[in-house]
Amino acid sequence: MKVTVVGGGPSGLYLAILLKKADPSHEVTVLERNAPGATFGWGVVFSEETLGALRDADAQTHLEITDSFARWDTVDVRYRGKLMRSRGHAFSAIARRHLLGILQRRAHGLGVDLRFEHEVPDPVALTYECDLLVGADGVNSTVRRAFGFEAVVEPQGCPYVWFGTDLVLDAFTFVFKQTEHGLVQVHAYPFDEHTSTWIVECPEPVWRGLGLHAMSEQESIAFCERLFAEELEGHRLLSNRSLWTRFQRVRNRTWHRENVVLLGDAAHTAHFSIGSGTKLAMEDSIGLAQALSTHHAMPAALLAYELERGPVVERFQSAADDSAAYFGRVGRYADLAPIQFGFNLLTRSGRVSHANMVRRDPDFVRVLDGWLAGSARGIAPPPAFAPLTLRGLELPNRIVGELPGAALTPSPFTAVSPEGRISPDTPLAADAGEASILRLGHAGARGATRPRAEGADLPLRDGAWELLAAAAKPYAPWSAVPRAMGEDDMARVRDDFAAAARAARAQVLELDFSHGYLLGGFLSPLTNPSGDRLRFPLEVLEAVRGEWDGPLSVRLSVTDWAPRGNTVEDGVRTARELAAHGADLIHVVAGQTVYNARPDYRRGYLTSLSDRVRSEAKVPTLVGGHLTTLDEANTIIGAGRADLCLLEIPPSHLEAVAAEPERAVALA
Amino acid sequence: MDWARRADGGPFTSLGVLDRLVYDSYDPFAALAAAAAVTERAKLVTMIAIGPLRNAAMLAKQAQSVDRLSDGRLVLGLATGARRDDYDAAGAEHRTRGRVLSEQLVHLREDGLRQDMEILVGGTSGQAIQRMARHGDGYVHGGGPPRAFARAAAAARAAWSDLGRPGRPKLWGQGYFALGGEEAGEAYLRDYYAFTGPFAERIAAGLLTSGRAIKDFVRGYAEAGCDELVLLPAVADPEQLDRLAEVVAA
Repeated sequence: MKVTVVGGGPSGLYLAILLKKADPSHEVTVLERNAPGATFGWGVVFSEETLGALRDADAQTHLEITDSFARWDTVDVRYRGKLMRSRGHAFSAIARRHLLGILQRRAHGLGVDLRFEHEVPDPVALTYECDLLVGADGVNSTVRRAFGFEAVVEPQGCPYVWFGTDLVLDAFTFVFKQTEHGLVQVHAYPFDEHTSTWIVECPEPVWRGLGLHAMSEQESIAFCERLFAEELEGHRLLSNRSLWTRFQRVRNRTWHRENVVLLGDAAHTAHFSIGSGTKLAMEDSIGLAQALSTHHAMPAALLAYELERGPVVERFQSAADDSAAYFGRVGRYADLAPIQFGFNLLTRSGRVSHANMVRRDPDFVRVLDGWLAGSARGIAPPPAFAPLTLRGLELPNRIVGELPGAALTPSPFTAVSPEGRISPDTPLAADAGEASILRLGHAGARGATRPRAEGADLPLRDGAWELLAAAAKPYAPWSAVPRAMGEDDMARVRDDFAAAARAARAQVLELDFSHGYLLGGFLSPLTNPSGDRLRFPLEVLEAVRGEWDGPLSVRLSVTDWAPRGNTVEDGVRTARELAAHGADLIHVVAGQTVYNARPDYRRGYLTSLSDRVRSEAKVPTLVGGHLTTLDEANTIIGAGRADLCLLEIPPSHLEAVAAEPERAVALA
Repeated sequence: MDWARRADGGPFTSLGVLDRLVYDSYDPFAALAAAAAVTERAKLVTMIAIGPLRNAAMLAKQAQSVDRLSDGRLVLGLATGARRDDYDAAGAEHRTRGRVLSEQLVHLREDGLRQDMEILVGGTSGQAIQRMARHGDGYVHGGGPPRAFARAAAAARAAWSDLGRPGRPKLWGQGYFALGGEEAGEAYLRDYYAFTGPFAERIAAGLLTSGRAIKDFVRGYAEAGCDELVLLPAVADPEQLDRLAEVVAA
């Protein structure tokens, strides 16, 4: 087989090695634009899990690579002048230049035809001369472009610059530095005995505010050396064509077309903050080489390669997206206590949970749990069991749910008046007994429907009552048209809420300003086109606050998930206003303002919204969103993404087993 | 008919059909009406019928007819489908398909149909999942490995709870198999799914071609909470059914 590889980076070289090794009769050519020693960037990171794959694929390069590794298992977080060390995170790194040297030598020794300083102006012409053309030519792949792959390439994350330093670190190091324009952060790690990688990044406004956009290479080095003088301990920053840039996120619908295949960054990239780009690229080479040796027909081999690698890459890309977004908004966490900030950072991508951290670094978790419970020195149960005081109400833990042991139990929607019912079976506030959380609402345009057991938003066949809403707009095309409320209506509904609050017997009172019910309808431009949308909801809130001294929660659709509707930014602003007018807690939900919203349902789909409300509006939050495990709650509470979690734990067959009585044991 | 008869006599609980207008295939309601005549036991399922190709009253009539002919064994799975050419051929508007399907679902609940008929809704977008939770009794998944089903199942449950529906949604899954004649099966899938472009290859590669693969698949779906799994033959030979019955029984 004749194979031409465009691009002599780690993935292209490694593929050439593996192919040649599998069958020396393969003719493998690697075309590289640059000279053998030329490379930009400094060290690249690997995780332990990749190393096994490298060993199995080619023991010789594995040995050479791992012999040159800088290894560490510590993550240092420098934040507000404090240093936090966390153990148990296995990493290794190698100088990119050195890695390429090892691979080049090995490829050369196996008889791969390596051609440096070789530009490829027309990749299409190459396909006539080989059986397989491999595009391993990076983010700006010419092969990808020449063959019309439908790649989506877009900038992701903050502006960043990739420096080196002669400070030899002994840990993966994050530095967060407060400046007058906001937080600037560093991702740094050692990669040989003389040098470390030192990546600096900050959000665009901070970058511009500090004038970094207008600085020369030398000026920006000098600036960063000054800013991180303390952490650099007098060492220098080194430049290797180190210019400020944006990370390019590459996604491809397919990675192969006839006898052309993409590898590594040409096919997909994952934001550098999860340190997986080179790992994924070299694993691609292993996957492709294996597929080519097991499948004789080319299309089947390329498909097998893509099927094997696709899901893995997708998982890393999704984690990388979360990580990039995290570093884009990390300044908003600047109020968190250092230990919580650290946990928040370590769990940012969703791949590491509280339970994972217990295994990696039990001491870190002990201190976090202890700190949440009131004493960092002490021992304490995990975060979900830290007590919480909400306007004088002492809760033993952070769980809300219909579960024995939960601190609070949610109530069904309870209408403040008969006209405010969702359906005839909706409970009325006037009939409500003692409740844990009492959720008061008025159904508005979503009223007079059949019970939810039959479906949601199905209009009553008979006995419908007149609906009220901010505007005379039906909830769905098949819904009844509500009457637009006048000032009299508003005064009456406000008084209904106040009366219900006065009579309420509950631990927590919750007002429903969500999901397109009456007050939620007032808040959205989609259902309330005119006027001061906050005025009436705030009036209701204040009236209730006047009657109710206990903890008051507001259930809020933080985003409408619909074009031209409220965005998360709008939701955060509303949450801030609600807190200023007496809300003690925001129960974060989203969507349902209009019937055809575009939600994104998955496990924990509301967590990031809660995180934003809590960190930006600075108000305690309650969040659900299909959380089904205590570990999710521990991670969310521990990281400060919410204060209370609504858990929906499905029943387990073990419950019946556990209910079996113990046998009496006679102790001899 | 032979297929339906054998399925009804075997260890199977449901008989499923697909819907495609611009393809050499049977109309799902006609096929199930015929199946109703030769079966007594199995549920008859559309997985899915493309609702918006038909107007709401016609759809209700067809569903009701099959349901009555089968003594109430119809399970009605509906979705918008994935192909534009079906809409063009039916003279139905493609752009408004989501809204039309929602309105059809309301119409179906309105009158005529058996009160407790199980209505399933399919689709992968957040809007489709929300539509399922608002109007359906359950979710019908479009196929894929157990991991993909598990993700969709989590989304369906999340939506169900978000819409305040009591209990849990019914979860239906599907997969293609060929026990013998794998190549013909793969060729069929490539052809049937040619409109998805390169994904046809993926679908063909997912074809279950051994007893072990089928058992693993069934176990994976069960663990993900699948209530009913429909295995569709990629080879049109009733022998396939006997082989499948052996695998399932073993």
